[in-house]
Amino acid sequence: MTTALGSGLSPARRELANGAVVTTQQTPMIPAVTISAAVRAGCVYEPDELPGLAYFTGRVIDRGTASRSASDLAEALDDRGVTLKVSVNRHVLTLSCTCLADDFADLLTIVADVLRAPSFPPHEVDTRRAEIVTRLKQDEENPAVRASEALQVLLYGPDHPYGRPAKGTLSSIERSDRDALRAFHASRFAPATLSLVVVGDVDGGRALDAVERAFEGWTSAVPPERDVPDVPPARERRRVDIEIPDKSQTDIAYGFTTISRLDPAYYAYWVMNTIFGQFGLGGRLAENIRERQGMAYYAFSAFDPSLGPGPLVIRAGVDPRNVERAIGAIDAEVRALGVDGPLPQELAETKQFLIGSIPRLLETNQAIASFLQTAEFFGLGLDHDRRLPSLIDAVEMNDVRRAAAAVLDPDRAALAVAGPPVP
Amino acid sequence: MAEFGDRRGKNLGKTDLYNGHMPGPDMLAAPSALRVAHIDNGLHIIVQEVHSAPLVSVWCWYRVGSGDERPGLTGVSHWVEHMNFKGTTNIPRDQMKGIVERFGGNWNGYTWIDQTTYLETAGRDALDTLLFIEAERMANGLYDADECEAERTVIISELQGGDNDPDQLLDNEVTATAFHAHPYRHPTLGWLPDLQTMSRDDLFGHYRRYYVPSNATLVVVGDVDADDVLRRAEKHFGGIADRPVPSRRRPAEPAQLGERRVTLEREGTTAYLKCAWRAPAAADAAFFPSLVLDAALTGAKGLNLWSSFRLAPPQRKARLYSALVDRGLASVVSGALLPTVDPFLYTISLTAMDGVGLPALESAFLETVETVRREGLRDEEIARAKRQLKARLVFDTDSVTNLAHQLGYFETVVGSGFFETLQSAVQQVTLDQVNDAARQWLGRETRTVGWFQPQEKRA
Repeated sequence: MTTALGSGLSPARRELANGAVVTTQQTPMIPAVTISAAVRAGCVYEPDELPGLAYFTGRVIDRGTASRSASDLAEALDDRGVTLKVSVNRHVLTLSCTCLADDFADLLTIVADVLRAPSFPPHEVDTRRAEIVTRLKQDEENPAVRASEALQVLLYGPDHPYGRPAKGTLSSIERSDRDALRAFHASRFAPATLSLVVVGDVDGGRALDAVERAFEGWTSAVPPERDVPDVPPARERRRVDIEIPDKSQTDIAYGFTTISRLDPAYYAYWVMNTIFGQFGLGGRLAENIRERQGMAYYAFSAFDPSLGPGPLVIRAGVDPRNVERAIGAIDAEVRALGVDGPLPQELAETKQFLIGSIPRLLETNQAIASFLQTAEFFGLGLDHDRRLPSLIDAVEMNDVRRAAAAVLDPDRAALAVAGPPVP
Repeated sequence: MAEFGDRRGKNLGKTDLYNGHMPGPDMLAAPSALRVAHIDNGLHIIVQEVHSAPLVSVWCWYRVGSGDERPGLTGVSHWVEHMNFKGTTNIPRDQMKGIVERFGGNWNGYTWIDQTTYLETAGRDALDTLLFIEAERMANGLYDADECEAERTVIISELQGGDNDPDQLLDNEVTATAFHAHPYRHPTLGWLPDLQTMSRDDLFGHYRRYYVPSNATLVVVGDVDADDVLRRAEKHFGGIADRPVPSRRRPAEPAQLGERRVTLEREGTTAYLKCAWRAPAAADAAFFPSLVLDAALTGAKGLNLWSSFRLAPPQRKARLYSALVDRGLASVVSGALLPTVDPFLYTISLTAMDGVGLPALESAFLETVETVRREGLRDEEIARAKRQLKARLVFDTDSVTNLAHQLGYFETVVGSGFFETLQSAVQQVTLDQVNDAARQWLGRETRTVGWFQPQEKRA
């Protein structure tokens, strides 16, 4: 019996002459390959007056290049059963796709072309803008989106890049033209901002060589970094209510700002959040709100740190008549963990769970690619998956208590509630 | 604990299943032989060794879904699924939490029209515990009255959360309109009045009726030894007595005599259009031509109900994408055709681009469909659709969890011997068969059209 990844990942990494970084990992499960290209071109790099420009860029970047029309690209992808997925977060725009192993070389060439030389055809810009406008209007009537976005504003303020809606606003998208897209691409897409990961049924060394060839000759000045502005500490409880008629359920988003992913306390926060709103159906939150009180199908918390202090967000969807009761339950759980910390048994079983879950978190090529991108972005090292067990195991009761006490305080919480009027 | 109100499917092409070899392209990493066994009480067991990671995925499938429910008890299968996480004789309620997590595992379950299933994926050392959990779930569910009552509001919350999505709301209405008699007409979550009135005894009766060994398939995939799995399965499940299961006598759906329409008007910003046609069942010869037709119209999804729909389809050259999205009439087009026991629906869903009215969108959409029916698709469109499906069927099995799902799904919904034929069945489809499918299945008289017409904000 052999276990290909039984003892962990064994990625290969190469920094190309032009500054781009390539990481590869061979896996045996299926004859397919995932390519993930992460560029430091996320929301924080947008001009302040054009929020959503990174997202808009992601919607048009694969719709034509200097040498391939939109139709050529569409045909090349569709003929191979491939979908390019572009996602944007605070710091990074990621273009990813999965193809059959036999198509790897062709797809890599396409991905390189799209990253290096998008042409942003005017017709495509207009069509994708209309799609984004439609999406923004759909979001207007989506309680989950409205609550989440309102919470980000409460936590970070409307001018902080972490507080802005990733898709922008109707006004900013209408004002973003082809020149703005081209300028954003020119300013952020460069070898020095690119991390490319290849995972799948392809020899790691061969993949490294192929990537090196695909990006040969691409040179560009190193784009400047942009510091994440400070986040003012929360001194009071804040709340916003948004009424959306003709809906059945109300969404609650309740949260705090926390720490940077680079903070040494990260692992203690991770364990704390798992106890609070992840373990099993959703940790202590789900145990109270769903299991004991039957108030919600989902109640959980998500901890999402980045270079700057990311949020810890609690989410629950409840009957509009139960909003205040649900908020009361969240308050109680926040206060309990913040004041008393976890029970010894909770800490032990959570650490055991997180350590044991590492192979499962690396079950698919996409998941491994995402893990390696995160490791590269935060400088965690090629052996991060092997070091994770000891990093988690080192978290002690006092570390978790400190993390909980530092963040979980109902009197400094931000709340956004979106849904129908109470009947 | 998911329920699939939207249409999701799944698929896999694989060789060497059921100890056999299939002709056609060997698209998958050759696994060791599949092991298939029955134990004396009728439980069907499928084991696939996959040693790519130190994991095991265990799924237990039951041939019961919302298509087996009667009026007044709609949603009972899904609610029973929820109750089967609420403690058993030998795993008290307070010990359920953490039993899988101890091995780094996750767990879940889902219910759809033909099946209910439970899964755990965890470190390989969890195997014995996972089999114990599934045996307990099959035979020893507690169905505590207070727990049943507490879950009522959780399920209603799940229903209301789905109702917040106009697309989901419209999907329920279109499905209910498309069927007169067949129980596929009601949502898997059930109708609200039934959820408000169903009793603990209704739930427990349903559980005892359908959760028996001969109505189940146990699937184990991962870093295990097949002989060891079978020994342990015998140990845990062998003592469970079989009982007769009600035969699946679902009311036959009468022929549809003309187009049906339904319109929802609610406050909102965006218009949605759905068109659902009666579709062939999985075992119907027309299923694969219809699947290729869907890929040519809206892009190939694959056939993995658990994972396919998380990956957007390649569709930029698809007929309806070109006609509607590229022309600025729709922002989203999607199609869904899933393998089902009885004829279900082929549904195409459109989101109107901001500023585009539903009459204009529907006109362009139906005109495109009629053109396909009248003139047929081109060779290169069929070739592209088949290449897409070939790739997506491979992607459908990218983990032990997804492979286990595929093995269990097709065994439960279609039966033995179907799963390993998927790739070759797709590749054998001809242009004439696809064009015949378009003419036969996409007619005006067998379609149901749904509109979600947003209304201006009330003052």
